[in-house]
Amino acid sequence: MLSGIYGLLSATLFVVLDAVDVAFTEAAVGAGISTLLMLTTLSITGRYEIQRPKIQSQIALVLTTITGALLIYGTLDMPYFGSTDSPANAHVADYYLSNALGQTGVPNFVTAVLASYRGYDTFGELVVIFTAGVSVLALLGTVSDKTMSDDHQPMHQHLILRVTSKMLIPVIMVFGLYVQFHGDFGPGGGFQAGVIFAAAIILYCMLFGLGVAKEVISLGMVRFCAALGVLLYGAVGVVSMLKGEAFLNYSVLASDALVGQHIGIIVIELGVGITVAAVMISVFFTFTGSAEEDDSAFDASSPSDATESNSKQVSQ
Amino acid sequence: MSFDSSFLETFFGLYNDWIVVALMMCGFFIVIADGNLIKKVVGLTLFQTSVFILYISMAKILGASAPIAAEGIESYSNPLPHVLILTAIVVSISTTAVALALIIRIKKAYHTVEEDEIQRWDVRIHRSDKRAKVR
Repeated sequence: MLSGIYGLLSATLFVVLDAVDVAFTEAAVGAGISTLLMLTTLSITGRYEIQRPKIQSQIALVLTTITGALLIYGTLDMPYFGSTDSPANAHVADYYLSNALGQTGVPNFVTAVLASYRGYDTFGELVVIFTAGVSVLALLGTVSDKTMSDDHQPMHQHLILRVTSKMLIPVIMVFGLYVQFHGDFGPGGGFQAGVIFAAAIILYCMLFGLGVAKEVISLGMVRFCAALGVLLYGAVGVVSMLKGEAFLNYSVLASDALVGQHIGIIVIELGVGITVAAVMISVFFTFTGSAEEDDSAFDASSPSDATESNSKQVSQ
Repeated sequence: MSFDSSFLETFFGLYNDWIVVALMMCGFFIVIADGNLIKKVVGLTLFQTSVFILYISMAKILGASAPIAAEGIESYSNPLPHVLILTAIVVSISTTAVALALIIRIKKAYHTVEEDEIQRWDVRIHRSDKRAKVR
């Protein structure tokens, strides 16, 4: 809960600091998905820890104080907050700000830099995300496939939550698509859209149970999509190479350079969105899968509860 | 008086960095002081967020607007750090997921997530292996 509030607060801070795209991502990731993953892990590992001798934390306190003091001494040479002539704002940023609109035709500078100027970088990040998804599957995914109980519905007694979320989920998905394809003009883009889209599916999964969610979206399809996004991104690069230009140079994708840039940016953002959404969903599925496995022992004792509350729902 | 005003100037010029340092040290403290693996991950997340704030606050230019081209706006904040941090946030959630998955596996293998207990188990297993070899 606290971590959710923390994520939302830092998102607000980023809005104040003019970083709207970053705030978007942080709101979806920090306030939504990371909190969920943390809670799922806590439900598996238990929430109590052993007491430790005080001396360890006292040493740590001294160490951190010294390090902090040294860092603050180091900041005395830093440029002041918000100054125009600081080194970070001087060199390449000016180039982006004065040329991005003319060279890529994309008004959102963040998207232009992300997808076009630093396309390699973003490709690398996408591969990192894909690899993380694969390693989570490798660590936890092997056991959780068969043990799924179909009738396990964690929130079966919360009628209001279920009805509201049924109305909200399509809206969230449409909003995700809007963020995906409007990312060139306003804040948004593949990373944000992927996380928002995944959040819609995760919400469904939380309310109606993993078994039902897996009927809608199978794990195999999610895995396929995770690879598909990376492939789509790479394919754009290869196509531009085949057309006789550098890897990920979109200007050759159409006869007009600006149109080519636009096509390239939309396609690679789509690839980013697909991979991010698929990785987030598959990570969440595997985590809840291993959590449900753990408390399947509890489930065996409580089917009578479930039928009772189900009949209550019917009578209401 | 002159000391006072210069100090205030430094403070208001650098307070963003100082906040970042404070947050970073909170995360660092949790990482080294606590043996619980989940708390270590929480500390790392805090540390990461402080780095995000450092980058974003560097990109801010006073009086400038968000970096989306529009008519009538002359100065924009620096978009490059925004790009770096935008991807870094999504990468950080994926790496956190990997860390948490590792913790779950450790919990299944050792039935604990406390660092010192895990080491104790390791030592015990090592010793029994040695004994088996001697026999």
